[in-house]
Amino acid sequence: MKTRYLIAGLILLSFTSLFVGVSSITPMDLLDWSSEETQIFLISRVPRLVAILLAGAGMSVAGMIMQQLSRNKFVSPTTAGTLDATRLGILVSMLLFTNATLLEQMAISFAFALAGTLLFMQILDRIKFKDAIFIPLVGLMFGNILSSLTTFFAYRSNVIQNMSSWLQGDFSMIMSGRYELLYISVPILVLAYVYANRFTVAGMGEDFSRNLGLNYKFVVNFGLILVALVTVTVVLTVGMIPFLGLIIPNIVSIMKGDNLEKTLPHTALMGAIFLLICDILGRVLIYPYEISISLMVGVIGSGIFLYLLFRRKAYA
Amino acid sequence: MIQVRELSKFYGKKAVVEKVSVNIQRGQITSFIGPNGAGKSTLLSMVSRLLDADTGEVLVDKDDVRKMKSNDFAKRVSILKQSNFMNVRLTVRELVSFGRFPHSKGRLNEEDVRIVDQAIEYMELGDMEDSYLDELSGGQRQRAFISMVIAQDTEYVLLDEPLNNLDMKHSVQIMKILRRLVDELGKTVIIVLHDINFASVYSDRIVALKDGRVVKDGPTEDIINSESLKEIYDMDIPIKQMSNCRICVYFNS
Repeated sequence: MKTRYLIAGLILLSFTSLFVGVSSITPMDLLDWSSEETQIFLISRVPRLVAILLAGAGMSVAGMIMQQLSRNKFVSPTTAGTLDATRLGILVSMLLFTNATLLEQMAISFAFALAGTLLFMQILDRIKFKDAIFIPLVGLMFGNILSSLTTFFAYRSNVIQNMSSWLQGDFSMIMSGRYELLYISVPILVLAYVYANRFTVAGMGEDFSRNLGLNYKFVVNFGLILVALVTVTVVLTVGMIPFLGLIIPNIVSIMKGDNLEKTLPHTALMGAIFLLICDILGRVLIYPYEISISLMVGVIGSGIFLYLLFRRKAYA
Repeated sequence: MIQVRELSKFYGKKAVVEKVSVNIQRGQITSFIGPNGAGKSTLLSMVSRLLDADTGEVLVDKDDVRKMKSNDFAKRVSILKQSNFMNVRLTVRELVSFGRFPHSKGRLNEEDVRIVDQAIEYMELGDMEDSYLDELSGGQRQRAFISMVIAQDTEYVLLDEPLNNLDMKHSVQIMKILRRLVDELGKTVIIVLHDINFASVYSDRIVALKDGRVVKDGPTEDIINSESLKEIYDMDIPIKQMSNCRICVYFNS
C-alpha cells in the first residue's frame, strides 16, 4: 500500500471519527464558536481522535521495536509481559502513594514496565530452545504471573474495581485534561525514527552488530526504554490495547520487509488507521452504546493474528 | 599484519585456546584448520573482538584491538560468522548498504551508494538486489553477506566456516570469490575451514590447531603432507598431486 493512500485514508477516517457520536455534531455547528456542539467537539471529540492516533501509532511502533530487538515476530508488549508489568506498577503506585499525581504514577509504572521487559529479555537470553511460538508463550506465562500478583494484591486491598479500568482499553473517557500524557509518544516516535537503522542492525544479532561497530547493549536497552515509555503512557490514559503491537508490525513486515527506517512511518500510520477503524466500529455497532476498544481490537486482532500464524511458514 | 600473542581463553578451568601466537600476513588467504573443538572459531572470535580474550593480546597493524573504538575497528576488520538462520526481512541491497554503517551511520552519501553498487556488481547480485534474503538460496545469501563485507571495505576479512551448508558448486564459487578478493582487491582473508582440501587448494598459509594450541603454522605446501596431517588429525592421509592441486584422500584412511 502506498503511503499516500494511507494518509488519505487516515484523514478520511479522522474526519468520520470527529462526527460520529451520541450527540450529533455537524461541521456547520462548528461555525458557531460558543455553541454546545463546539464545546463537545473540543472537549471530547478532538482529544479522543488525538488519543487514538497517538496510541495506535505508539503501540504499533513499540511492538515493531520489540520484535526487531528480540528477533521474534510474536513478541510485543502484550506477549512479553510489558503490559502486565505496567499494571502491577500502577497498582503499586496506587497502594503505596495514595495521592500520587499522574506523573508520579507514570514514573513508578514506567520503572515496572521497564523492569518487566528487561526481565523478559533476560529470560529470552537464557532459553536454549528459541522456537518462534515457544518464546511468546513464555512471555504470556510471565505476563500472567505478574497479572495474578496484581490481582492478588488488588483483591486484598479492595481496589479490583479500580484496576479493571486499566484492564480494558477505553476511549470514551478521554477528554481534554485526561489524555495529554499521550503527547510523550510524539518525541518517542521521532527518537525511534532517528534510531531506526540501529534497531535494524541490532535485530540481526549481537555478533552482526559488533562487526558493524554498533554498541549492541546500549541500542537494545534504549529501544526497550522507548517501548516501556510508550506502553505506560497508553495504559495510563487509555488502558490496555492488546494485540495492536503484534498485528500491525507483522503486516508491515510481510508487505515491506524489516528495514525499520523504511517501515516505521508505515507502521505508525497503519497502527493509527487500524485503531481508528476499530474505534469507529465500536461506536457505531451498538449505537448509542459503545463497545470498548480493547474488545474490538481483541476480536478483530486475534482473527488477523490467527491468520498470520497459519501462513507463518510462508515468510518467516 | 595481525599479530596474535599468547592468546588464551578459558571456559571454567578448561583452556579452549591456550597461549596461541600467530602472525597473519597481509594480502594472503590464511586458513585455520583442525579437528572439532580445536578452538579455531574461538580464536577467530577473539581476533575479531566478538569474544574477550582472558590473557594475551591481538595487534592489528601494531594497534592493540582492545584499545580501538568499536567504530574504527569495524572499518579495519570485518567478521562473518556461520550464517545461521536469520528471520530479518531485508533486501540484498539493504543488507549490503548496512556494510557502510561504520562509515556513514546509516545515512548514505553518494560515495557510499557508489561503493554499495560496486559491491553488488562484484558479487554479481545485480538481478536479485531487490529480493528479500529469505527468498534466496543458501549460496546466494552467503554471497550477499560477502558483498556486505566488501562494502564495509575493511583491510581484513574474517570468515567462520563460510562453506557450511553449501553444496559443492557454491562452495567452489565462494572460495573463488575469496581468492579474487585477495588477488584483485588486495584484501587479507582469514578463514576457518572444515574441508582440508579447500584449504589446500585455495589458501596461501595454513594454521593448524589442536586442543587449543597451534600445532602447525606455515605456507600451504609445508602443511599439506601426510606427516603433518598425521600430527594434526591422527589419521594417515595420503596426498595425491593433481595438476596444481594437492588433494588429501582421507575418505578411507
